[in-house]
Amino acid sequence: MTSLQRVLTTLGQKEPDRVPLFLLLTMHGAKELGMSIKEYFSKGENVAEGQIRLRKKYGHDCYYAFFYAPIEVEAWGAEVIYLEDGPPNSGNPIIKDAKEILKLSPPSVKGNAALEKNLKCIEILKTSGEEEVPIVGVVMSPFSLPVMQMGFEKYLLLMYEEPEIFEHLMKINEEFIVSWANAQLEAGATAITYFDPVSSTSIIPRELFLKTGYQIAKRTLARINGPTAVHMASGRCLPIIDDLAEVGTAIVGTSVLEDLSEVKAACSKLLTVLGNLNGIEMCRWTKKEAEDAVKSAIVKAATGGGFILSDNHGEIPFQVTDEIIMTIAETARSYGKYPLKK
Amino acid sequence: MKDITYRFEKALLNLDKVEARRLLDRVGNNFKPLDLVSKIVVPALERIGDAWQDGSVALSQIYMSGRICEQLIDELLPPSSDKRKHQPKMAIAVLDDFHFLGKRIVHSHIRSAGFEIKDYGRKTVDELVSSITEDDIDVIFISTLMYPSALNVQHVKEKLSVAAPKVKIVVGGAPFNMDTKLWQQVGADAMGHDGGEALKYINKMMEE
Repeated sequence: MTSLQRVLTTLGQKEPDRVPLFLLLTMHGAKELGMSIKEYFSKGENVAEGQIRLRKKYGHDCYYAFFYAPIEVEAWGAEVIYLEDGPPNSGNPIIKDAKEILKLSPPSVKGNAALEKNLKCIEILKTSGEEEVPIVGVVMSPFSLPVMQMGFEKYLLLMYEEPEIFEHLMKINEEFIVSWANAQLEAGATAITYFDPVSSTSIIPRELFLKTGYQIAKRTLARINGPTAVHMASGRCLPIIDDLAEVGTAIVGTSVLEDLSEVKAACSKLLTVLGNLNGIEMCRWTKKEAEDAVKSAIVKAATGGGFILSDNHGEIPFQVTDEIIMTIAETARSYGKYPLKK
Repeated sequence: MKDITYRFEKALLNLDKVEARRLLDRVGNNFKPLDLVSKIVVPALERIGDAWQDGSVALSQIYMSGRICEQLIDELLPPSSDKRKHQPKMAIAVLDDFHFLGKRIVHSHIRSAGFEIKDYGRKTVDELVSSITEDDIDVIFISTLMYPSALNVQHVKEKLSVAAPKVKIVVGGAPFNMDTKLWQQVGADAMGHDGGEALKYINKMMEE
């Protein structure tokens, strides 16, 4: 099977030849190319080359066209702060006062330097494959984007205390994120990961999610012209699994804080589970611990398909060694062969 | 009193500041402000923190609960009040990171318990060590979201072990929640999942 066939089969709740593996590697591409993280992310060509080399090395089942979390706010003019050994951060929020939201307008995707380099990467990946490999594009949800646009504390207060301005911001963000997601699909992305950590019950209670993140996801995903995965970026999703099954997504990315077998059962073949290797512990895993973690995840969630093995956050830390990544890949290939060993 | 504490906790989770204030007012004549804090506010915040750990309460509720409590207690015990607890000398900082919500939550929980604590904002390793030694701090709370920032706690530890070896380091934030051995790896004295655990650490220290 090709990687794409493997993934489509599991999405159809059937068992492919082996458990699909998404190694959501971002900064490791810089290591492959011998570049700093800042230089690596400065060009789409670099990231495309990094993704091609990483897949050749580890043999996993996707290209991950994700640059860094603040790329969307960079498109709005925000500063991006680069680290030597970690993912780029967003700098000072672009919205200092909630009243500024009323004058805000979204940037155009076309011609925006930050977004264009990401699209360039996707275009190169689309034309480079020897076989069909899913290209995973990424957006931050309109509901979670304000954490970087205005800071988490101000955003929570906006959500609770200024509902009209909150709704206004959501409308602006929805327009932008729909355009951004569809531009990635047009460039060649196979699917879009919709990162929505604020919707996680780790961050807001279900009652508030149903009034906010749920409605926004439903509206936004309906306008994205391709398949999507909703990812909570380490946050919990179990209490809202039934709700997520209604927002129009195919995959849910789950947290290591939740039991994978419980999440799989709750998905009831309506959603495919993506997860949930502990990316932070991975930094200090021995080979044996990496093998055990992969085997445990497969035992808990792989039977019958509907499962893609991955980390729980949507980005493997820079500190995870090549040896551990290789162990994860090799164990997934050998232990994850269907039919699974009893 | 248990009933009042329970209802106070419910009021916080419902973001009902009016009801929370009414409950404190109702028993206020029988207790000194610091007793109200220790018998009602702190137990409620600790229970909310425990509920966050088991996944039944969300971060937004913890944040809003702490904010309401801080406002209520500031009215009972203004920052200038000599009844506020100024020992141990504490400070809180975000280390090399740009994510402030965790610090804000722990800061408001500690102040809600009647303690004073310096807010250092964001600091690099050297800036933090310098502030701690200048202010003669006893306990430093360090909040991080990014993994590299969490690893940098070990550099703070190394420098403090020379400059101010008695300072206790308490860490918190996502990397420490995800890897429960990480706080020991970086040389911290304790880790807290939430503001309630920060309070438990302070109270334990006060008893010793």
